[in-house]
Amino acid sequence: MVNNLKFESQKLAMNYFFVAAVLFGAQLLMGLIAATQFLYPSFLFEIFDFSVARMVHINALIVWLLYAMIGSVYYLLPEETGIETVGIKLAKLGFYVLTAAVTVVVLVYILVQVGPATESTIWLINEGREYIEAPRWADIGIVVVVLVFVYNLFATALKGKQTGIITVLMADVLALAGLYLAGMFFTDNISMDQYWWWWVIHLWVEATWEVFVGCLAAYGLIKMIGAKREVVEMWLWIEVSMLFGSGILGMGHHYFWIGTPEYWWEIGALFSALEPVPLVAMFVHVVYDWGKETGVNVTNGVPKEKLMTNSPAFAWFVTNAFGNFLGAGVWGFFHTLPQVNIYTHGTQFTSAHAHLAFFGAYATILIGMIYIGIQGRHGIQTMRATFDSKMAISLLSIGIMGMTVALTIAGYGQVLVERAQMGATWEAYFVSQDLVWFVQGLGWRLAMGVVTFIGFVYLIKDLLTTAKSPRHIRQGV
Amino acid sequence: MSKKTVSVWTSIPFWRRSAGWVTGFAAMLLIWLTFDSLGQIAMGTDEDLKNGITKRVPGPTVINYKITYEMSEKRGHEVPVIGEKEKFFGRDDWSEEEARELLHLGKLGSQAKNCMNCHTLLGNGAYYAPDLTKSWLDPAWGPNGPYLAMTNSKTKEEAMSKFLQDPSTYPTHERMMPDLGITEKEAMGLVAFLKHMSSIDTNGFPRNFGRMSTDGVTGAIHGK
Repeated sequence: MVNNLKFESQKLAMNYFFVAAVLFGAQLLMGLIAATQFLYPSFLFEIFDFSVARMVHINALIVWLLYAMIGSVYYLLPEETGIETVGIKLAKLGFYVLTAAVTVVVLVYILVQVGPATESTIWLINEGREYIEAPRWADIGIVVVVLVFVYNLFATALKGKQTGIITVLMADVLALAGLYLAGMFFTDNISMDQYWWWWVIHLWVEATWEVFVGCLAAYGLIKMIGAKREVVEMWLWIEVSMLFGSGILGMGHHYFWIGTPEYWWEIGALFSALEPVPLVAMFVHVVYDWGKETGVNVTNGVPKEKLMTNSPAFAWFVTNAFGNFLGAGVWGFFHTLPQVNIYTHGTQFTSAHAHLAFFGAYATILIGMIYIGIQGRHGIQTMRATFDSKMAISLLSIGIMGMTVALTIAGYGQVLVERAQMGATWEAYFVSQDLVWFVQGLGWRLAMGVVTFIGFVYLIKDLLTTAKSPRHIRQGV
Repeated sequence: MSKKTVSVWTSIPFWRRSAGWVTGFAAMLLIWLTFDSLGQIAMGTDEDLKNGITKRVPGPTVINYKITYEMSEKRGHEVPVIGEKEKFFGRDDWSEEEARELLHLGKLGSQAKNCMNCHTLLGNGAYYAPDLTKSWLDPAWGPNGPYLAMTNSKTKEEAMSKFLQDPSTYPTHERMMPDLGITEKEAMGLVAFLKHMSSIDTNGFPRNFGRMSTDGVTGAIHGK
């Protein structure tokens, strides 16, 4: 098939999107294994334990989102700056190095699993710190590859046109990359360990990644509905103020119970309570602009229908606006105040929030970016939804929302019985895990996990075959 | 955008400057608070323990002392209280260096064995197994709990160590802990790590730890 992409940078982006989709599949498979083990604990016991399935589940998640994020930047960079990415050869090398490293890390996770209590385990097998388990050798490799990426972004922006979107991206990606360093050291002090661990996790998912999403939404609105750049970029700066203004100090809500002083109660409560505000703003921005800022197709000087160059991608962008607000905003606010969090911290409530937030805030918009890539790859002028694309977005959204509600109900039972009634001991924990409501909740979670997976199958089928659909309007036709 | 700005509220430079100032201010405040917090959570020393100086994160030799979790009237929640000397694996004179080595081994072990992807530590991790924050104080491992007899042990540390070495041979719950190849030495380190973690001042988390049990007897962990 002819590749219609003119820039090498965009061709490279498609490679990133491809690996992202593969890892997304791996994430869902691992999730299904872990969800099954909750109901049938003997499933793969001492062969492929929950800890392994869960580690690969969350690592595949983080890595596929990062792949899709890097891919998105390489895709939009030539369009925004007007030039080919500087250092594209280095970027290609970086892609293969990173992918080889990720493959080795995952194979070691799956085949070796755990090691002796020595420094070499931390360096070679896994670091045992949730989300950033990657062993130290891989950390260093990631830093090198990311440095190449940051260099390319900066060099290209300085040489070509530097739009507002690119300016925000430059600052954001630099912070995002730098923060990873906070997670690369060992300490015997568990409080110190978690203090810096949150610098990576929180300042990624509740600050820099959110701003990144703001940049993608801005780019997508201009590209898909022809929104005016000055309107979109003004919104973007407002979003940056609100996201960083609330998100950076919202960090306090992770410092309630890890040994840190009480003043984090007030700081964490105040700023994390403000965190949903920018998410409302982003929602309004996307949906309001859709109605208000949409450009009009002009044919032979006559204004025709409203502009919409990519329906499936735009559907994912709108789902992002909803999902980000619901998953990160509402489900986050549920348990962010210390008065509530002292009971809910580390229960299925957290898990419910995490599922909807990662999907709603990040997976959705990045799937939208992959659709934009597919559109460019096949030289489609106006991309329309297909049966498969509608099945994909419906089943994925219903599946994730279903899992979230199921986990919330299970978490409710767990919080009341384990934490409030019995006081968080070993026995209290298992009494709560055997509650009928808890078990039913996890049953529904597995069922909804299967729905999610079917949605994923439709998504892949659509991404691979949508170009053949006669519904799209092609360039020069 | 037209050259003439109608209102400051629609001016991109205004919002760009605001973003810069807000972000800069928030970041500076976080960094300043970080310096304060790091000082407060730095690990204490053996001297502190001997002199009864309370640290949010006590030194490793806290394993030589009895730890309880008591309601503080002043603070309105429970806090760890370090009491009289208590034997840990038969000794209550672990030197600072020995204790530090043991804690180092345990912390490394907690990461090498991937504890955090089933359990929560200080409430963070996965939700497949009980929270370990105050597990050292859990009545299930105490004199009235079932696990001393189950592991045929005399002390809490012995019971925990035996369990960690062969977790899937003990009938605890249908959802069992897998055998992670933990050696006797590593188990000792892990138990020291757990005992040390229980002495960290977590602002009252978890609340009402062990207030109730199904047999109505083994609930209390309060009192020295």
